[in-house]
Amino acid sequence: MASMRDIKRRRGSIQSTQQITKAMKLVSTVKLQKARSRAESSKPYFDCMYATMMSMLTKAGNIDHPYLKENGSKKIGIVVVTSNRGLAGGYNSNVIKLITGNDFPKEDVRIYAVGSKGVEGLVHKGYEIAQDFSDVIEAPVYGDAKTISETLLKDFMDGEIGSIYLAYTFFKNTVSHIPKLMKLLPLTVEDAPEEMQTTGNSDESKTLMEFEPDEEEAIGLLIPKYMTSILYGAFVEAVASENGARMQAMDSATSNAEEMIEALGLMYNRARQGAITQELTEIIAGAEALN
Amino acid sequence: MAENTFELKIISPDTMFYEGKAEFLEFTATTGEMGVYAQHVPTTVILEPCVMRIHQNGELKKAAIMGGFVEILKERITVMAEDAQWPDSIDVERAKKAEERARKRLADRESDMDVKRAEMALKRSIARIETTR
Repeated sequence: MASMRDIKRRRGSIQSTQQITKAMKLVSTVKLQKARSRAESSKPYFDCMYATMMSMLTKAGNIDHPYLKENGSKKIGIVVVTSNRGLAGGYNSNVIKLITGNDFPKEDVRIYAVGSKGVEGLVHKGYEIAQDFSDVIEAPVYGDAKTISETLLKDFMDGEIGSIYLAYTFFKNTVSHIPKLMKLLPLTVEDAPEEMQTTGNSDESKTLMEFEPDEEEAIGLLIPKYMTSILYGAFVEAVASENGARMQAMDSATSNAEEMIEALGLMYNRARQGAITQELTEIIAGAEALN
Repeated sequence: MAENTFELKIISPDTMFYEGKAEFLEFTATTGEMGVYAQHVPTTVILEPCVMRIHQNGELKKAAIMGGFVEILKERITVMAEDAQWPDSIDVERAKKAEERARKRLADRESDMDVKRAEMALKRSIARIETTR
């Protein structure tokens, strides 16, 4: 049996670890509340942008625009939204698994990373990182999303990449965060979820939309805005998910530590009792010997 | 007679900026100034940074809109603004300084990209200043 001192030392170290995880849980709870309210207030814009874009594509009929067509390049650009810090349970590895688990040919994938944990994981697996925007995820603002979407669209128009995907974590609620892979470009109506194509007033969706300036120009101006808002929405959701995931991870770490402390406490008491019993037997044996 | 008001929603990335009924809406599109009543033909219009005037029950509300687009349906108008501000939250001094800076940059003009940027900055600052007037 381990000695009393060893057990005591071990228990002490677990106790201080527990203090750390407890503190981290509190911090991420506060951050989660902030991030969640941000994600919620940006949700209408995100949803509305998506709905508008889809309804526009259905209403506008066949528009011939480079953004809506394959450009022949086999390269796949993926925006990977992860966090810059670890200790968030499966949060980062779930996003990475979205990419490794998919059957994208590894040599055709170019990663536009947002979050250094994603960079580390994917470099380790042998993916090519085209650009790293990791600072953005610390405090995402609309301007950052704009810069990234401009970069992506430029690479798309230059033929460097033939399609753009987005991998991020959707914040469903505090306990459930769903990693999602979503196609951004080329944009086609078939990619829209079923419910999007049929929602809305039936005569509303039948009326043809007019564009000012003309359709092609409007689409050319709208798609960058669409990309930016989708990216921005993904960032704020990802931040909320990150803090939610960390809160859960730290919560279970704290309760695991609690369990271990309890078990060690029991072991400590048993060892102490054992030591006392042994001492007593020795004293009694010594006294016996004197008689 | 058909309803002469429409549902107006102004949404910016950070918040639902405005939600309510209105009779008439004025703004500047890339093709020029535009005013919309209810029962308009469904149209999508790209916005310039501009002053948006919302007419409702004879009242006039002004807001600075920093680009975006407007989706016009017969009874519903949705403004997707990249940024939106009410007059009382605009820092006039800052906007004036931004205007000056942009004008200076336009006067120097170096590369193509810079000119476009400066023009956008100028439009934004003018829209902000106009809104507070």
